Amino acid sequence: MLICERPARRRAFIKGMSALEGTHQLSSASLDSYAGAAPAGPTAAESARQSLRHLAVVRVTHWIFALGVIGLILSGSGILISHPRFYWGETGAVGVPALIDLPLPMIIGPSVWNRPIHFFFAWFLVLGALTYVIGGLVTRHIGKDLLPAKSDLGWRPIARVIWDHLRWKRTSADEAWTYNVVQRLTYLFVLFVLFPGIVWTGLAMSFTVASVFPFLATLIGGHQSARLFHFVFASLLLIFLIVHLAMLVLVGFRSHVRAMITGRIPQKRSTL
Amino acid sequence: MSKLLTRRTLVTASVATAGTAALGVAASRYNLIPPDYGTLFGAGETLTYASQRLLSSGHSMAREFTRADISKSPVVNGPAPPDEAFRRLAADGFKDWRLQIEGLIERPMSFTLDELKNMPADSHILLHACEQGWSYIAEWTGVRLSHVLELVKARPEARYAVFMPFPNPQQTTGIIRVQWESIDMADAHHPQTLLAYGMNGGVLPADFGAPLRLRMGREMGWKNTKYLSRIIITNDMSQYRKGAGTWYGGI
Repeated sequence: MLICERPARRRAFIKGMSALEGTHQLSSASLDSYAGAAPAGPTAAESARQSLRHLAVVRVTHWIFALGVIGLILSGSGILISHPRFYWGETGAVGVPALIDLPLPMIIGPSVWNRPIHFFFAWFLVLGALTYVIGGLVTRHIGKDLLPAKSDLGWRPIARVIWDHLRWKRTSADEAWTYNVVQRLTYLFVLFVLFPGIVWTGLAMSFTVASVFPFLATLIGGHQSARLFHFVFASLLLIFLIVHLAMLVLVGFRSHVRAMITGRIPQKRSTL
Repeated sequence: MSKLLTRRTLVTASVATAGTAALGVAASRYNLIPPDYGTLFGAGETLTYASQRLLSSGHSMAREFTRADISKSPVVNGPAPPDEAFRRLAADGFKDWRLQIEGLIERPMSFTLDELKNMPADSHILLHACEQGWSYIAEWTGVRLSHVLELVKARPEARYAVFMPFPNPQQTTGIIRVQWESIDMADAHHPQTLLAYGMNGGVLPADFGAPLRLRMGREMGWKNTKYLSRIIITNDMSQYRKGAGTWYGGI
């Protein structure tokens, strides 16, 4: 039942989207290419293709996030190996029993260099996220493209998406224009749980910030607990990044990277 | 699209440029620009320093702990310098040791350990954390740096305090900067900033920076110079820190 109803709902969604964005597109540049369209009016999918797959604010902040996250993971790994042990509470050191003792070499020197690099890229994440949230609310991108439909929030539609992926089922041309429910939930988790969590736990380790907002550290168990949570969030973000890149390769690296740069899906590819 | 330079972009660009310039002047006026703003990662350093100084303006106090929280085995990070001069000083209880204060001050002075111990004492139980990741809690006793700065009458144009340990830092250079450090006046005048000669109720042990070390509440471990011998008050860091690493890194 649900499965049968889905395409109709999705087409309605695309129609709504193109009504919003297609007109804007027409007024700006694409009159020439649009002149050849059938007088009866384009189908939903066709008119959607006249508009952008990714809004400008999404594209710009995506690459800011990409730079920031890669810089943070690299420099963070450098800081991690200077003491790859984790503790609960406020204190912990070599000679004190650890909660987690990662089987990594302990290399101390580079932490001096990784620290300024880490904070440099942290600003990419913080300023990118602020831009994304403001831009995402103004353009209604978050509500429209990320918040899942109520009917999609059962385990059956979620299981269907996962099952389709496990069977390597190709997404249809229409589906390439929107996010499925698993994507939506994942992006919401990354943007509104992982990012704030990483910033919170990072700031909790700052002596100056904790002097102004002590609760940042005390609410989560203390300085070492903050460090542990920071590591857990960063690990989840790394897992997301690996899956994100793996999916990108599976669905078509070039076309999707191009779409995230130009905002457009190449005509030939998307109709395949 | 053909008109690259419209009136609108021109106005926007000039407003943005003027705004950035005004912001820079204001930030400089309120001492929000760190001395290493021009380095490779200086933009991040400047944002971090400026935002933290705006946040913590008004002497926000670092978290204090109880005696029960004090760590049983605090971390020795770099044992006492195996320097002949240091050993000779330590052998007779640092009787011949002096703390020299110089630079932008009205009265250049030097103090013996006893003179410092006769000044009003203050104690704080603080978390000590290294950027590497380890941390411990200890109680530190000493004289507030702000008290000493009043005695030597630091000039109003002073912006930084540079802390020199012995032996001569010129002889011991390496990739890890444990030799000397510098802080701004916001940290120097902070009530939790001590010139500490005592630790956990006893005398400051040699491995933790005897006879005197800097101990701050709002900075990471590496800023808290051990084995102090000289403090220089200045408003120009260009002769001290060049290139590598970060000056503030206080997040």
